[in-house]
Amino acid sequence: MNTLRLSLYGWLMVLPAATLLALFTHIPVVESFVHSFMSTDKPKRPSRFVGLDNYDSLVADPIFWKALTNNLIYALGSVPLSIAIAMMMALFVNDKSAGRSFLRVAYFTPTILPMIAVANIWIFFFTPDYGLLEQILKPLGLGGNNFLGSNNTALLAVTIVAIWKESGFFMIFYLAALQQISPDLKEAAAIEGAGRFTFFRRVTFPLLMPTTLFVMVNALINAFRVVDHIFVMTGGGPNNATSVLLFRIYEVGFKYFDFGLASAMTVVLLCVLGFVALGQFFALDRKVHYQ
Amino acid sequence: MTSLTRRLFTASTLALGLGFSASAYAADIELRFYYPVAVGGPITKIIDEYAAGFEKDNPGIKIKPVYAGDYVQTIGKALTAVKGGDAPELAILLAADITSLVDEDAVVPVDDVIKTPADKAWVEGFYPAFMENAKLKDKTYAIPFQRSTPVLYWNKEMFKAAGLDPDKGPKDWNEMRDFAKKLTKKDASGAVTQWGIEIPSDGNSLWLFTGLTTGNGVRINNAEGTKVNFADPKVVEALQYWYDLSKVDGAQPAGLINWGTTPRDFIEGRTAMMWHTTGNLTNVKNNAKFPFGIGFLPGKTQFGAPTGGGNFYFFKGMSAEKQAAALAFVKYMTTPERAADWSTKTGYVATQPAAYETPAMKAYAADFPAAIIARDQLKYAVPEMTVHENQRVTKLANDAIQAVMTGAKPADAALKDAQAEAERVLKDFN
Repeated sequence: MNTLRLSLYGWLMVLPAATLLALFTHIPVVESFVHSFMSTDKPKRPSRFVGLDNYDSLVADPIFWKALTNNLIYALGSVPLSIAIAMMMALFVNDKSAGRSFLRVAYFTPTILPMIAVANIWIFFFTPDYGLLEQILKPLGLGGNNFLGSNNTALLAVTIVAIWKESGFFMIFYLAALQQISPDLKEAAAIEGAGRFTFFRRVTFPLLMPTTLFVMVNALINAFRVVDHIFVMTGGGPNNATSVLLFRIYEVGFKYFDFGLASAMTVVLLCVLGFVALGQFFALDRKVHYQ
Repeated sequence: MTSLTRRLFTASTLALGLGFSASAYAADIELRFYYPVAVGGPITKIIDEYAAGFEKDNPGIKIKPVYAGDYVQTIGKALTAVKGGDAPELAILLAADITSLVDEDAVVPVDDVIKTPADKAWVEGFYPAFMENAKLKDKTYAIPFQRSTPVLYWNKEMFKAAGLDPDKGPKDWNEMRDFAKKLTKKDASGAVTQWGIEIPSDGNSLWLFTGLTTGNGVRINNAEGTKVNFADPKVVEALQYWYDLSKVDGAQPAGLINWGTTPRDFIEGRTAMMWHTTGNLTNVKNNAKFPFGIGFLPGKTQFGAPTGGGNFYFFKGMSAEKQAAALAFVKYMTTPERAADWSTKTGYVATQPAAYETPAMKAYAADFPAAIIARDQLKYAVPEMTVHENQRVTKLANDAIQAVMTGAKPADAALKDAQAEAERVLKDFN
């Protein structure tokens, strides 16, 4: 009787959170899955079961493949670099140097700014002729670029913005992890005569691995999820050069009102994210040293 | 939408409805009206003022203006509300979205809302260029409100410096190309310091491109909105001309030109000419430190420009009483005096000839003659592309144009691909 009351008590405690999660996450996921096998509801042609038709059109849609490829490049470009930069910044501001609070705040600022504001700042950096980058490159004889307006550089440009935006956020996690590392280790290493680099490679880096795993999972998920700046900076252009999965889903769902196709794409995106998370946990978990 | 979400929707709507009716007087009619903001300036404030003015003149009717984002977001919200059984009474949405709204069975024809011969005369009082894509299959579905058209802006000082007549813009493609070449300036290292012309090509590239195709004497879609004409040799020629301004003549920046920063390029003297919407007139007028001219878009065989912007739509499911109130409000919003006021405050083109006869508009035009150019160009204007599955087909055209402008594909191949894909999308409507 007592255990029953206890477990009832427990269920009641999680009920509010569980309800919200179910309402806004789990039910929509299931619905997307169901809708991906249905045709889009039109007044003259009500929704009906169409099997794999939506997935067939998806496979036949070159823009979907373009968006998927772009998204992979965007992820592979932004994740390792933002993690490396985050780690370096954390190591740098972890020392007891003068003005480190100021530096910490400075590194963290991009994280506080809303993505839309960030995008507008970077539009100015990338503007042809008189943008910040052009003003630096022109005197060097490297001017005449149209970063957001040409096929070769647009995806790179939006990737850089993502790196700039994410690094400061991940730095906070590394900073917290660094504070956990006992100073004894540093003293012991010094007595053994280990240099700074050896200490980092053999002690600090392995001890940071759990954080790195956590950050990497988050960074990869964000690479598929945080694409607000693409709406502002390029609108997916030129000619879909910066279209990524989530952007394409929005376009198909809310511009074309083709919910069937958009649902199929959502299912693909969910699968990609699921595999990313699972793969990372299983492949990397063994290499991570937990204290 | 499944039954569960529908039930949730209905439940929340009911809850909301109860809240409203408890706070408002029982006899009041409430009209919800969704609108987008697509240009600079205090649009929300002006709309709220108009709504308040109407409520004062019409006790018993409450107007609830709902700012709903840009055009795409606004139609998204409106159609979602329709599917949830909670449609607004009125909305300002893209004129070109008429096909989507009719295909979704979301709007009622204006013909069913108007009752008297005076109402009929009112509908006939708008410029035909604006009414063209307010109609579908002989029925009128929309009332023009915030309509725009692009014009050519030129910097008179730069014209003078290049030895051109500062009071005359280029009249056709050849002149525009010659002028642009003469107006392009380079520094010692060969870097361009002043461009001859900028025709923005990112985002909705098709809109300004319709100015080029119309100027070449070709229509990009049929009146029924079931066929497009992308692969026509004249369309290809127009796209080639646009690309060559950059590639061959070097008078326009290479790659895509940003819609949003182009007015700033013009104001800061980075470009001597630009194609842009009249919606930016007030902005350029207030910020340019040099005299500037406004002219028709030059064409090859004739003048031509697209119209764009938004119309009023009446949504389905209103009681007769509400419909009458909605009609009264739309009439109030489109009187010649209000159209003139709206036009002078925003730069949108006033939607009817009568507005240009009002004292306010005459005074404005006397002070700023450029404002009249857009109206005079309407004679040559055509609606922006309006076909079924409009957003999807527009995107095909935009992709093709952007592929060409960035040098990824030749004009004829890109447009042929877009044509084939558009025919596939439109096959259900033919």
